[in-house]
Amino acid sequence: MLSIDAVRKEFPLLAERTIDDARVVYLDSGNTSQKPRRVIDAMTEFMETTYAPINRSSYRLAGEATDAYEGGRKAVARLINAPSADEVIFTKNASEALNLVAMAWGRTNLSAGDVVVLTEMEHHANIVPWQMLAQERGIEIRWIGLTDDGQLDLSNLDELLDGAKVLAFTAMSNVLGTLPPTQLLCSAAHAVGALAVVDACQYVPHNVTDVQAWDADLVAFSSHKMCGPTGIGMLWGKMELLDAMPPFLGGGNMIDTVTFEGFTTAPVPAKFEAGTPPIVEAVGLTAAVEFLEELGMANVRQHEMALTRYALDTLNERFGDDITIYGPDNVEVRGGVFSFAFRDLHPHDVSQVLDETNVCVRAGHHCAKPLMKTLGVQSTTRASVYLYNDEADIDALADGLEGATDIFGL
Amino acid sequence: MSGLEDLYREIILDHYRTPRNRGELDTPPATKVDGHNPLCGDEISVYLMVEDAENGDDAIVTDIKIGGQGCSISQSSASMMTNAVIGKRVGDVRAVSRKFKSLMGIENVDLQAGDDEVDLEDLEALQGVVKFPVRIKCAVLGWNTLSSALDEALDPAE
Repeated sequence: MLSIDAVRKEFPLLAERTIDDARVVYLDSGNTSQKPRRVIDAMTEFMETTYAPINRSSYRLAGEATDAYEGGRKAVARLINAPSADEVIFTKNASEALNLVAMAWGRTNLSAGDVVVLTEMEHHANIVPWQMLAQERGIEIRWIGLTDDGQLDLSNLDELLDGAKVLAFTAMSNVLGTLPPTQLLCSAAHAVGALAVVDACQYVPHNVTDVQAWDADLVAFSSHKMCGPTGIGMLWGKMELLDAMPPFLGGGNMIDTVTFEGFTTAPVPAKFEAGTPPIVEAVGLTAAVEFLEELGMANVRQHEMALTRYALDTLNERFGDDITIYGPDNVEVRGGVFSFAFRDLHPHDVSQVLDETNVCVRAGHHCAKPLMKTLGVQSTTRASVYLYNDEADIDALADGLEGATDIFGL
Repeated sequence: MSGLEDLYREIILDHYRTPRNRGELDTPPATKVDGHNPLCGDEISVYLMVEDAENGDDAIVTDIKIGGQGCSISQSSASMMTNAVIGKRVGDVRAVSRKFKSLMGIENVDLQAGDDEVDLEDLEALQGVVKFPVRIKCAVLGWNTLSSALDEALDPAE
């Protein structure tokens, strides 16, 4: 069990920031999470005591900085049960990690007519890089549709995967909260010889992650959604795949040697880390992972399941037919993300009214416009919870929605 | 909730609940331009009829209709916009547009002589939006789309 009061004290913004003399009710962690004090301190302390370039200079300080940076890689590998820390590549964010896959692996292995299978609940980050490849070389994109309750419709999976070279899918929808059967999908992809690419951006911060149990090939996720800093994302991949892939970006650090005639690449992971990487951010990320390990990801998931149940029940009981919450009702297969339509109010107006009581939610298409089309809406209001939220936050959301009714005179 | 009352004034809510000049016009003869707000996904369509387009600024906006979906601010702003431009000279419509954008605090509005005299009437009610910078793009979505529609109506070749 998590003690939310104790957890919240670790987050300066949640513990101390007030707007109009009231605390902030942060329900936008699907967007980005708040940062605990120890992450902020770790980054500051590193810059005050240990900051230096990595992998370049031979003085002792540079060695310490390199060790600190590589510590981030080890921490991330532990968190997702990767066989080797060298399989963890640091990128700018999860979007860059997915672009790396589409560009480095895709450009090498896909040609006109090849099939990439996506799902209708993907974030733009796992759609557009593949569409860029489709424009560039005429690959075909197929879509796994949705059931009425917002789960993947796998009834025609065999047909969709027939002849596919890639299955790229989210492990948790950023709009519906849906948790697709990741292991099953990876195995279905492998059965037809396709690559299994997982967008685990929403999944890793909220669940116990085991990339080996999934038997995924490539997994993208980000630091800033799991209490770490912005500016650093991760791609984990099986070493033999990463080894065989050409580099994505060229520059310093990623080479073995450069001559007037050409270059050879450094071994993985350096091969995919051109230029000075996010050094300070890797240090902050290490502190974030240690924080999550202390809490225990199983406890985080359990807390969020209970909170998700409470939120679904509270919102449905208080607003009945006036609210439509998208996604599955079964918390076994959904995380703490609630996209909803409230009466006939526009999400912009809903979030504006909620902001009056410091309830922070996202209004819009959530970078998933194709999914909006499937749902038959233009946009939704989305509340998303994390390890620092509790039932009082859900109550504040519900109270805020009552306020919207008053203002718009409905 | 003083800030919100400033944003959601009664006249704005009235235009939101009962939008004026909603619908479509046949194209041609009307011009249709779609506008998007990429951040929130709002979409608006402006159908514009301009008579004697060859007269440039002296041509007359004879009809306008609004389609699409959006929040209370973008919808009410577009609704009020239709009332403000029907029957007006194109040159005067552009002046109202400049004055309105300047009310919204939009930078780089090239105000011209005489714009000060423009009466924004109901549109003045939207000045509360300025306190909510995120919503300014909602308020000007219809106007930006109208500007494109005017350009297209006056110079269809472009």
